[in-house]
Amino acid sequence: MTEPGQENLRRIAVDPVTRVEGHGKITLLLDEENHVREARFHIVEFRGFEKFIQGRPYWEVPYFVQRLCGICPVSHHLAAAKAVDQLVGVDRVTPTSDKLRRLLHFGQTLQSHALHFFHLSSPDLLFGFGSNLRHRNIVGVIEDYPDLALKGVKLRKYGQQLIEVITGKRIHGAATVPGGMNKSLTIEERDRLLADIHDVLGWAQDAVDLNEKIHTEHPENHGFGRLNTNYLSMVGSDGSLELYHGGLRASRPDGSNIFDQFDYRGYSGKIREEVRSWSYMKFPYLTDIGRDQGWYRVGPLARVNNCDFISTPLAEAARKRFVAFGNGAFVHDTLAYHWARMIEALHCAESIHDLLNDADILGSDLVVKGEKREEGIGVIEAPRGTLFHHYRVNEDGTIKKANLIVSTTSNNQAMNESVRSVANEYLDGNEITEGLLNHLEVAIRAYDPCLSCATHALGKMPLEIELVDADGERVDRIAKGSNGTITRTA
Amino acid sequence: MSAAKVLVFGFGNPGRGDDGLGPLFASEIEKLGLAGIACQTDMQLQVEHIVDMQGRDMVLFIDADVSCEAPFEFGELESEKDSSYTSHAMTPQAIMHSYSSVLKERPPRTFLLRIRGERFDLGDELSSSALRHMEASRIFVLQFLREMNIGC
Repeated sequence: MTEPGQENLRRIAVDPVTRVEGHGKITLLLDEENHVREARFHIVEFRGFEKFIQGRPYWEVPYFVQRLCGICPVSHHLAAAKAVDQLVGVDRVTPTSDKLRRLLHFGQTLQSHALHFFHLSSPDLLFGFGSNLRHRNIVGVIEDYPDLALKGVKLRKYGQQLIEVITGKRIHGAATVPGGMNKSLTIEERDRLLADIHDVLGWAQDAVDLNEKIHTEHPENHGFGRLNTNYLSMVGSDGSLELYHGGLRASRPDGSNIFDQFDYRGYSGKIREEVRSWSYMKFPYLTDIGRDQGWYRVGPLARVNNCDFISTPLAEAARKRFVAFGNGAFVHDTLAYHWARMIEALHCAESIHDLLNDADILGSDLVVKGEKREEGIGVIEAPRGTLFHHYRVNEDGTIKKANLIVSTTSNNQAMNESVRSVANEYLDGNEITEGLLNHLEVAIRAYDPCLSCATHALGKMPLEIELVDADGERVDRIAKGSNGTITRTA
Repeated sequence: MSAAKVLVFGFGNPGRGDDGLGPLFASEIEKLGLAGIACQTDMQLQVEHIVDMQGRDMVLFIDADVSCEAPFEFGELESEKDSSYTSHAMTPQAIMHSYSSVLKERPPRTFLLRIRGERFDLGDELSSSALRHMEASRIFVLQFLREMNIGC
């Protein structure tokens, strides 16, 4: 469907985007002078999920939502668990349960960030956006930078092992129960995790140093997809970087607060989700600012910009260098997401170290009980950004209504704007080039979007780029086969 | 303790209908408690799984597949530098390639069992045909392991 006023625009579709979870599709709406007037990044994420969860018992929800994503099931599990705590009338779990959940969350964030940087984005940053696509991938990194690749493998492996220790399984493990956790950490398990933590700290520090170098020594990266935006994230009560529980802080591009320490249970008064006819995904905006200017970014860049400090020393030192790079103001470079992501990975490694050495982590007081309520809202900072789970239940405990705002949805408008910015710079108006595709993917990948997750049966990952003119005729098409060959058909 | 000689690795998302065939298959094998066989599952293959392959004599990957012949296809794999690593999920062949690149040694003999699946949407149950295909492939794999003198 063409919206009013866009009858004379040409359409270029890129479908799907590789190296992001699931499938996406980019449509560039061109004017008659071949300028990109509007970019549309289509995602089919979570279509129908909220409907699908209705009618299920609330106690199943933290387990069911893990099925949404192959990369961050723990994030959904914990956000839902926090919502379920409220449904059973628990506002604060025991210190041991709180620390076990945080430990799990740090492990999840560490492995997800490691995957993103080492396996998905480092090829772009190390080889350059325009380099050979057949080499610009994780195997290329392994060939040219084997030590770096091995660190990435081990970082991710450590995070996965931590998750397995706490949840008992790699897939759909059991960790939380309403009001707490279902098992303690044993001394043996703790010691096994402690054995490697110093190596993990070293690898994470190396990753920060590499990202800092990539960003500071390559000025060409600074303007790439750059956007001066609002930012949203949780922060601790003292303004520190907070990934598990805190108040919401929204900031303007100049760093001034729109609101701060806002109780996330009132999120619906601060965030509204706009529906647009061409997308399954909603467009959230901050109601204090309004629909046109109220869109915002979430995720590592938002969190590191928004916080006043980081509670762990190595990550705080890295944050200070990040702030110095921005001359004390917010850093708006889209590719700085990668740098911020590795600062957070280092914070996760330090926090895991601290929690494993905290006596509470071995405690056995795990569950709190309360009076049942009809509504529960859980929010955490997932690897990709602020994640909202909101449930209402019927008297029999089944879900009456569910609302999820995932980080990819919050970054929706920003991704479209970054794509538009990059496309205007690199589009050759008459042809879809591989170079254009490369640059669009780099811009999207910075946000680490998580699309329709984890269906991956072999043979189901084609890449198609299509050019459609103003009359709806397809005038160009590029298809990328499973063996990496690219074919063009007119 | 040394690693079991054989790794049976089922991958896929059990929340998406027949995509859960791989993990379910591995779980079924694990229940048999066969000697020398370790079973593992994950939502998708990633490069860190090279560490799980290390020290094995043989690895058997199991995945759902919409493009193979029913009820299943089975074969030995060669290391291959393909394009699958452009997604969050890698193919077994690409994992083998990464194995030798990172660990500087030949990967263990690796086989892939592709079980024909039909439906993969979020929340789908396993289809009845997929269950039939899995049972046929389970009989085949147990026979294969016996012929290899594994799990006896």
